[in-house]
Amino acid sequence: MKPADIIHLAETELDAQRSYKHRINVCCSSGCIPFGALKVLKAFEDAVKEFGVQKECKVARTGCIGTCSVGPAVMIEPGNYLYQSVTPEKAREIVRDHVVLGLPVKDMLYGSKAYFEKQHRLVMKNAGKIDPYRIEDYIAAGGYSALVKCLIKMSPKDVIDEVWLSGLRGRGGAGFKIGQKWTFVARAHRSPKYIVANLDEGDPGVFANRTLAEADPHAILEGMLIAAYATEANKGYIYIRAEYPLAVDTLKKAIDKAKAMNLIGQNILETSFSFDIELRLGAGAFVAGEETAILASVEGNRANPRPRPPYPAASGLWKSPTLIDNVETLANIPQIISHGGLWFSKIGSPTCSGTKCFSLTGKVNNPGLIEVPMGITLKEVIYDIGGGVPDNKKFKAVLVGGPSGGCLPDTMLDLPIDYESLTKAGAIMGSGGIVVIDEDSCMVDTAKFFIDFCVEESCGKCTPCRVGLHKIQETYARIIGGVGKPEDIQFLRSSCGYIQEASLCGLGQTAPNPVLTTMRYFGNEYNEHILQKKCAAGKCSFKHNVKEAEI
Amino acid sequence: MALLYFIYKNRSVPYSVVQRKALFKAENRRDSEMLKEDNRKVMLEKTIKEHQYQASSLLEILHKTQELYGYINKDLLSFVAESLKLPPSHVYGVAAFYNYFRLKQPGEHVVTTCLGTACYVKGAEEIISAVEKEFKVQRGNTTADGRLSVFITRCIGACAMAPSIVVDDEVIGKATKEIIIERIKLLLEGKKP
Amino acid sequence: MTTKTVSLKIDEHEITAQEGKSILETAIENGIDIPHLCFLAGLTKTGACRLCIVELKGQAKLFASCSTPISDGMEVITNSEKLKAYRKNTIQLLLSERTHVCSVCVANKNCELQALADKLGVEHVAFEREWTSENVDSSHPFLVIDRNRCILCTRCVRVCDEIEGVHALDLKLRGKDSQIIVDFDDSWDKAASCTSCRKCAKVCPVGAIYVEGEPLSETKDTGIADFVLSRRKK
Repeated sequence: MKPADIIHLAETELDAQRSYKHRINVCCSSGCIPFGALKVLKAFEDAVKEFGVQKECKVARTGCIGTCSVGPAVMIEPGNYLYQSVTPEKAREIVRDHVVLGLPVKDMLYGSKAYFEKQHRLVMKNAGKIDPYRIEDYIAAGGYSALVKCLIKMSPKDVIDEVWLSGLRGRGGAGFKIGQKWTFVARAHRSPKYIVANLDEGDPGVFANRTLAEADPHAILEGMLIAAYATEANKGYIYIRAEYPLAVDTLKKAIDKAKAMNLIGQNILETSFSFDIELRLGAGAFVAGEETAILASVEGNRANPRPRPPYPAASGLWKSPTLIDNVETLANIPQIISHGGLWFSKIGSPTCSGTKCFSLTGKVNNPGLIEVPMGITLKEVIYDIGGGVPDNKKFKAVLVGGPSGGCLPDTMLDLPIDYESLTKAGAIMGSGGIVVIDEDSCMVDTAKFFIDFCVEESCGKCTPCRVGLHKIQETYARIIGGVGKPEDIQFLRSSCGYIQEASLCGLGQTAPNPVLTTMRYFGNEYNEHILQKKCAAGKCSFKHNVKEAEI
Repeated sequence: MALLYFIYKNRSVPYSVVQRKALFKAENRRDSEMLKEDNRKVMLEKTIKEHQYQASSLLEILHKTQELYGYINKDLLSFVAESLKLPPSHVYGVAAFYNYFRLKQPGEHVVTTCLGTACYVKGAEEIISAVEKEFKVQRGNTTADGRLSVFITRCIGACAMAPSIVVDDEVIGKATKEIIIERIKLLLEGKKP
Repeated sequence: MTTKTVSLKIDEHEITAQEGKSILETAIENGIDIPHLCFLAGLTKTGACRLCIVELKGQAKLFASCSTPISDGMEVITNSEKLKAYRKNTIQLLLSERTHVCSVCVANKNCELQALADKLGVEHVAFEREWTSENVDSSHPFLVIDRNRCILCTRCVRVCDEIEGVHALDLKLRGKDSQIIVDFDDSWDKAASCTSCRKCAKVCPVGAIYVEGEPLSETKDTGIADFVLSRRKK
């Protein structure tokens, strides 16, 4: 294939799509499949045949539409009619009334308009609209045109300049400037060079990257290809959790299709640019999402982080220069190239351009996958998009950034979501999890939950994280067991400072965040637990065992 | 040195090259029931060949092994180490580092409870405790009769339907302890739910 | 081969050294003492024990001096009050992690952990102790591993892999459950790949691996890795 063939293919495909009057998008992501999405898909196909409207109505299997709590979700275009909790029986009804008679079935439409109003779909613009298994769908939606643009019109330096201009920052958590990162790798004049796309979304309660891979795998591939072109890399690995079988399957098929069309491999689109992409499966280790641990894992070793410097840009995979980016970061790239860095820099807040995908879960009315512009406040996310806390319960806290994030109270709800504000408040952006907690949860217990998680996931290499976190875990067990001492608070505080500073990698350095933020914003609960042996939420039993009582 | 030589002689441990080779065969290359020349071994060998016997593909090979055999025992680890030409301790160390790999045979039916944040906040802990009590098995273990294993996992990404529980590869969203216990009972009775 | 030299400052000492060396190596050469435990000349630097952490002027983070290469104009602080406190904390954590009772340990008075605790002024262990009771494996003709005394510095794993070239030792599991294993977690006499070279016992900083019936002062030889490596044919 040649570059011009891509444009030609897009036109043919668009013509084919225009010949349909309706398009039924059935969400078949791992959120909707357990609710019977595949049966619903089949029912739609059957119903379309039954009513004889195959020629004017296209039934498509798509990725996540975003309303994961009311699956299976079905979107009918034109008009973006979103149906919730569709069953095979209802599918027939929808085809009959909506497609054939032109009367949308009102009582099955998704209720919350605000859920979509405040969102800004950039990375997820194709999610729920294209069939992730069809590369033609992606190309028709403008896909791979950015790669073509790079190959024909831009030098590697032009590409990096454009990314600099966009102000894009790493979506994996730390928020490092991508232009800077790419420059480092581009300047390392050694071959081979590698790219690792990080899809090891190990944070409990986060599924943004999985959804992206299931809904729009080619956006990730195209982003990787452009990154490879800019940094002159030779080989790429996508490191993905094995716990995401559907995402693995989608990506695998996408890579095969792209290879068949000469978009990945030797002399891509008959140019001198060559790049190969391979999948690597993780195996259940949270620490493998860390920048240097992921390298160890791709090399087939235990996922132990290594000290920096040397940084991966100089010495990464097999000691070669390596670029490591989160998949969400990479999925932004095609659009930056297509529309220009300046266009992108105007989205979001001045210090943080662009959008961020979040999985909004916990005690909230509309959980699901959302994409919001940077700088939006937590309040808007939880109340406007999320629809507030269900069952008239009182909002208590919001967890931002996964197990190494922070628990923020209601007084912090006006906080804008960007890297600096979150870090200042004691949380982190993380990979994008927002979990809402209501009055039924105890904050001491919640902090313990995260510490338990980090103790279990610590690789055990460095002393502060391996032993220090364990000591914190024991202290929590005492407090919750009813034998906490007033000096425990001071102990927790000093231990946390030590672990944050002395640990080898990001896991240890951020693991104390939940402890520190719960102590900072919910200190009274700690006092209650220690002094009065009381838990307002009724979570903690205070049943200590004999060993602990002796202390 | 005399003392050492005495200990060395009296331990009946083979340490000559020939003896060590014999030991290696006896200990690590036993042709067990699992490694008989069945289809699975052919498929495993094919996968290893596809990865060009690269040491870096160890995780991929271990995934394939578990997919084919359900778990990875010592004989299989030994076979993988032999094929990829890797030191035994490295292969074991990697397999034992990652939670996803099972080194022990799981029960006939497997219940995996997600204990991710969203599921925890929505009460997954209560469900797994109830299951443990009902079927008299601790998390991470298999019942004495080998029929049911109860595992926990950190997030399967089905957070919007929390709490989510996987019963024999089927994800059950918005689970309650009644639903799960009922489902397990049906499975143990051999009925299809 | 031409090597560039760089000038740096470690505490109050102005130093010129060859590029490519780490801060700790430079400090040792110049007689400046930075406490360290997992580092051993000749082996890969893992930066695991976190005792050798130092402050660098102009940087907020702490760096492991064993693995951080020196650079021109670098100003290293090795002994601030914070670093002293953190090191004491680390030693106490290591002492509390497993079963460390000096009076009944083969390594008593020959132990790097003990010596560091003494030097850094650790008088007591503030943390609750674990008192693990792992089985002692003495199945090998003369090598013994007592995992209760292991501090997971992985010197033995590295020396076996990088110097002896065998990789009979590795770690299993993770976090606080990590353990040194031989081959497929076998008892040592069943381990076919072990060559019984004893280098693991020579480099163990504590009394976790030792030669039965031999005083540790005779076994220990922390220079072995550097000795072998520097004479190895390229």
